[in-house]
Amino acid sequence: MVASPPDPRPHLVVIGNGMAGCRAVEEILARDPGKFRITIFGAEPRVNYNRIMLSPVLAGEKTFEDIIINGADWYADSGIELISGDPVVGIDRAAKTVTAKSGMSVSYDKLLIATGSDPFIIPVPGKDLPGVVTFRDLDDVDKMLAAADLGGNAVVIGGGLLGLEAAHGLSLRGMQVTVLHLMPTLMERQLDEAAAWLLKTELERRGQTILTQADTAEIIGTDKVEGVRLKDGTEIRADIVVMAVGIRPSTALAKEAGLAVGRGIQVDDHMVTSDADVLAVGECVEHDGQVYGLVAPLWDMCRSLADGLVGSENPYKGSVTSTKLKVSGIDLFSAGDFSGGEGCEDIVLRDATRGVYKRVIVKQDKIVGAVLYGDTADGNWYFDLLKKGEDIADIRDALIFGQAFASGGGATANPIDAVAALSDDAEICGCNGVSKGQVMACIAGGAQSLDGVRSGCKASASCGSCTGLVENLLALALGDEFAGERDNKPMCKCTSFTHEDVRAAILEKNLKEIPAVMQALSWSTPDGCSSCRPALNYYLLCAWPAEHKEDPQSRFVNERMHANIQKDGTYSVVPRMWGGVTTPKELRAIADAAEKYGARMVKVTGGQRLDLFGIKKEDLPHIWADLNAAGMVSGHAYGKALRTVKTCVGSEWCRFGTQDSTGLGILLEQMTWGSWMPHKFKIAVSGCPRNCAEATIKDFGVICVDSGYELLVGGNGGIHLRGTDLLCKVATEEEALEYCGAFIQLYREEARYLDRTAPWIERVGLDHVKARVVDDHEGRKALYGRFLHAQKYLQKDPWAERAAGKEAHLHQHIAEIRPFAVVGAH
Amino acid sequence: MVTADWLDIGPVDQLPALGARTLPVQGGEEIAIFRTANGSVYALLNKCPHKQGPLSQGIVHDTTVTCPLHNWRISLVTGEALGDDVGCVPTIPVKIDGGRILIARKEALQGVDG
Repeated sequence: MVASPPDPRPHLVVIGNGMAGCRAVEEILARDPGKFRITIFGAEPRVNYNRIMLSPVLAGEKTFEDIIINGADWYADSGIELISGDPVVGIDRAAKTVTAKSGMSVSYDKLLIATGSDPFIIPVPGKDLPGVVTFRDLDDVDKMLAAADLGGNAVVIGGGLLGLEAAHGLSLRGMQVTVLHLMPTLMERQLDEAAAWLLKTELERRGQTILTQADTAEIIGTDKVEGVRLKDGTEIRADIVVMAVGIRPSTALAKEAGLAVGRGIQVDDHMVTSDADVLAVGECVEHDGQVYGLVAPLWDMCRSLADGLVGSENPYKGSVTSTKLKVSGIDLFSAGDFSGGEGCEDIVLRDATRGVYKRVIVKQDKIVGAVLYGDTADGNWYFDLLKKGEDIADIRDALIFGQAFASGGGATANPIDAVAALSDDAEICGCNGVSKGQVMACIAGGAQSLDGVRSGCKASASCGSCTGLVENLLALALGDEFAGERDNKPMCKCTSFTHEDVRAAILEKNLKEIPAVMQALSWSTPDGCSSCRPALNYYLLCAWPAEHKEDPQSRFVNERMHANIQKDGTYSVVPRMWGGVTTPKELRAIADAAEKYGARMVKVTGGQRLDLFGIKKEDLPHIWADLNAAGMVSGHAYGKALRTVKTCVGSEWCRFGTQDSTGLGILLEQMTWGSWMPHKFKIAVSGCPRNCAEATIKDFGVICVDSGYELLVGGNGGIHLRGTDLLCKVATEEEALEYCGAFIQLYREEARYLDRTAPWIERVGLDHVKARVVDDHEGRKALYGRFLHAQKYLQKDPWAERAAGKEAHLHQHIAEIRPFAVVGAH
Repeated sequence: MVTADWLDIGPVDQLPALGARTLPVQGGEEIAIFRTANGSVYALLNKCPHKQGPLSQGIVHDTTVTCPLHNWRISLVTGEALGDDVGCVPTIPVKIDGGRILIARKEALQGVDG
């Protein structure tokens, strides 16, 4: 026992010299400085410091002295006994004593547990190797700094707040940093996909390597850390590994002492545990089912705790939290609930030139969440409106532009009056530097629509974030004549840009991923819709054949599954038969597969192929493996792609045949298979003008004649029957192939997604197609060259890839519920 | 693993973002488990109120799935058809705990005898 001077006051013992414990003491002293004799135990051998500022210390922006909250003099002046570097290891509630690691035992009248939280260590082999550190206290920072002095490679496991701050610090200290994050997007608890993409892009620009969906299998090394191996086999070299995957309330002491513990130590509204003489505060507690890992709730908790101890009512009601990332140069703010849902409305503002993304989520005229990237000036204003639950109906239209605009009268004013009040030299379009005067002059000069203004003076033609202002100026100038009608409709309700605008921007601005397009063109939704996502995926793959990364979640079901979904949810499978020609061996394999996988119907299609109906999604990779083994590949009967080349038997058998139509059909199919297009694409080759292959209702048709080949385009046998137009006549098979490839590439590059060739040709005119494909020899060869280049990347049999295990999750149930068990939940 | 009220059906990283997986229920109706862009998880019966299309195969955007058969949009939160369409598919409570997906036993087993 320590000999204490006789002191009649009750003894308050605090376990934990961190932010929560010391703040609670400060609050108690502020209310009644003489009420308790106070002793604080700290595990770390130092005074109380601001733990959340460890990131700037790691980054070299602050020193330890800068982040001390209470120095040694505070303890002395307040009469507090600090026992640091000697953690408490046991609580005896019956005897009302605590025992420290050194063996020292102290009795208490009131005990305050403020043990905080422990870093979560993922249980992988190698986790205990020297060089694996967490990011929790100053000792961890010192270890990281020591490693950074030697340079080399750092791996940070965890792409949340803490992990990214650690990565930033190590990167500034000169290490080559790789961040491994299990989830598909960084900081997924705080950021939506759009903001997370901006963050990732910025961190990569700064030299960090960010791997998402990276599942750590093992930390490798013999005497110390040498690297990290992922479950997919990737190995990353590492001289230090920082585990920053999360924290857990530190509850071991409380649990051993028999206090009620759930996820954290359970407390009431005044931070009292299940024992009336034991209190708890901070990250170690669970209040009303919630645990908190951020600093802001501490302040409220400590106030309620202190008020409770001095006998005044001030119940803690839980906290709404907000997040800012402490990485210099990156402004990021997140608060509340941004998962959306019923009755929630998104207000999105994007400004590509400034790298800004703002999203405010409104429900029943109240803000429920906000995500800001690039411009966080209004974060606290939104957070304040959110916490107070203020009705924002009156300022809704101006809300996203921020407090200054909304409270400056911008909100309540009629938007037309607002633009009328602007001076002529007020800037409307920041991207292209267009003033109000220039826009008005452009409208006066005859531009009567948004598209007219965009092509006339370029206002709102780049990122589109000023589209609303331009439309208001049109309404101001034209009055009722401006109905907002567009000659060219926008792609979908997520954007004000047309298909053509979007495709041009993809090339011009070098956009290579869907989130990049959405940001650059000010998409009004966070992740698009089922209409624009597949279109963007196609435009990107067409623009960047070599670099494109497929996004299966932006594919319609048939293209995602490489089979045709039927109304009962089973699939139909069509193997490719080149030119409609098959062999007994292939037919046997198809018959075997049909029986083995229970195909309920085998049907000859309109395109001369065999279709196996009723295949279950789980069986698809297996039936494909069987068909592959017999030499057959995907028939792409499911895709916006080259479907089939239909042929007649031609000169080899038919007494009327003029050329080898079957052979040419096979050559055409071998050249064009696998090509993704704006819509499905059908080809036919007839050996004579009797046209048995019905080439005159195909997207591309060939009719063989004695002197060569008539090439036909733009036919359709669908709802609107359209016969083909004659493109031209050529003399050789080589020419037929070249013209075909060039025509397809022109269609791929110019048609809107989901346009068949028939409506596309009706819109652009046959003369345009002839000028590009027939008259312009150099242009045709260039189109043909681009087509063949793209085919190098597209002619991979997707069935073989799936049969080998790619995207296996698409074909397997996650688990199965049986009456007494769940099966297959790995 | 069977607990009183919640069934553990696997780790959350088995669900692709903006995607879905299926969960057959022996003797009952197949369930579709969805994951949105920001990681929220929802469960609906895997059949569209329109013509029973497998919702698990649709495109997920925001908190909506578009049915692969006829493009009905269904709210993942309420199961209600959105826009002009009228219909509702039952939702099943689901939550994430420690990286595992837990589904409500009672609702998941609806319609199963015994």
